[in-house]
Amino acid sequence: MFTNNTEVMAAALGPGPMVPAVFRVQRTKKETSDTFTMELLPEEGPQEFAFAPGQFNMLYAFGVGEVPISISGDPARRSVVVHTTRDVGPVTSALRRLKPGEGLGIRGPYGTGWPAAEARGADVVIAAGGIGLAPLRPVLYQILAARQHYGKVVLLYGTRTPADILFRRELEQWRSRFDLEVCVTVDRAVGSWAGMVGVVTKLIPRAPFDPHSTIAMICGPEVMMRFTVQELEGRGVATENIYVSLERNMKCAVSFCGHCQFGPAFVCKDGPVFRYDRIQPLMAVREV
Amino acid sequence: METLESILMEHPFFAGMKPEHLALVAGCAANVRFNAGEFIIREGGVANEFYLVRHGKVAIEIHVPQSGPVTIQTLGPGEILGWSWLITPYKWRFDGRAQELTRAVVLDGKCLREKLEKDHDLGYEFLKRFAQIVTERLESTRLQLLNVYEQH
Ligand SMILES: Cc1cc2nc3c(=O)[nH]c(=O)nc-3n(C[C@H](O)[C@H](O)[C@H](O)COP(=O)(O)OP(=O)(O)OC[C@H]3O[C@@H](n4cnc5c(N)ncnc54)[C@H](O)[C@@H]3O)c2cc1C
Repeated sequence: MFTNNTEVMAAALGPGPMVPAVFRVQRTKKETSDTFTMELLPEEGPQEFAFAPGQFNMLYAFGVGEVPISISGDPARRSVVVHTTRDVGPVTSALRRLKPGEGLGIRGPYGTGWPAAEARGADVVIAAGGIGLAPLRPVLYQILAARQHYGKVVLLYGTRTPADILFRRELEQWRSRFDLEVCVTVDRAVGSWAGMVGVVTKLIPRAPFDPHSTIAMICGPEVMMRFTVQELEGRGVATENIYVSLERNMKCAVSFCGHCQFGPAFVCKDGPVFRYDRIQPLMAVREV
Repeated sequence: METLESILMEHPFFAGMKPEHLALVAGCAANVRFNAGEFIIREGGVANEFYLVRHGKVAIEIHVPQSGPVTIQTLGPGEILGWSWLITPYKWRFDGRAQELTRAVVLDGKCLREKLEKDHDLGYEFLKRFAQIVTERLESTRLQLLNVYEQH
């Protein structure tokens, strides 16, 4: 039930699925007060790292622990692995402290990708909340690289305050394009913010797309995704054309351990990107 | 030529309203424009009108002593500014400020209140439409309170 043709199950790097390859930090960029983007290079020298937008890696902070983090870089730039991470606990905090030249382990890429191929010929709505823009950025790069194959492309992005906005400079560049509609909104603003204020779901009723020929891709906390889906359905987008990334926590990432089991599905193997109509009954269940 | 009635008819707020009702409403309407930075409504002021935003952007602000105005919502084309004209004591609860050049249709609340009292069919049409807007705003506020961008 949970396999779909958007899945790209790339071969794991390294000798076995549980053995990480060592990468070194090339540079780290501070995005917000608690979120940072790392560019990583393989220790063994230049190597191509192919992934499908939406996939994640298991990042191992040596001696601390391992966490799943989505890949946030450009899929066409294969020489470097890029991750954008929010510091929320021991492992993500250890990753944040890594200096250029220091190492970490990577297993991956794992999981399913966004349906960029299925969306060809249709309008595309990308809706992100908070850190959820990071797992969506690669698919936006991919779509923009083949822009002529898509209809209207709309990026809707919501954060708590203007200080929480990720990838600011890129958002400004994207906003200046004539072939991309970018709407950024925040929950509340003080001072010089002259942009929109209100939740991201409010952007949907007036966003320029044809609901009957649209593929929507959503990433953010589950509450945000649920309400975004409701608004999209309200405009007439069918649930089989809506995709969400479920980031329930996991351990092994190769469906051995069952830690991320979501009903009959494993987020690590069948997700994180799911077609909404397939996951909807489970999202409605409060505890799975 | 664009008449006030045709402008009202095209605004989402009046979608589906009967022509005879629209004609009554148009009698209380006028075109207005506000420059960037200009206040459209002020907290505490008498609320005797409401606005249909046609172009531009309006910020709903609350003034917080010491930290200045906090924007809690912005309104764009197709949206409505103000329902305090419909509810006693007819006083604005927030500031509304044009963030850029904004064009709108202003509806005279006093004139409308009289018409709605006389014609309850029209009154019900208005209440249905405002109930929808109030519900949407309440839902947005709940989501803002929930802080939906944080993992819980
Ligand atoms: C497929 C997938 C992709 C992810 N991609 C990213 C990404 O690109 N960037 C990023 O910053 N994070 C991402 N995450 C979340 C990230 O894995 C967790 O934040 C991380 O595991 C926290 O580890 P920690 O040791 O730092 O903190 P912990 O002590 O493990 O957790 C700190 C707090 O965060 C909560 N938490 C941990 N993981 C999750 C989760 N998955 N969902 C909700 N709450 C959680 C915990 O309950 C706890 O309250 C992803 C998760 C998954 C499953």
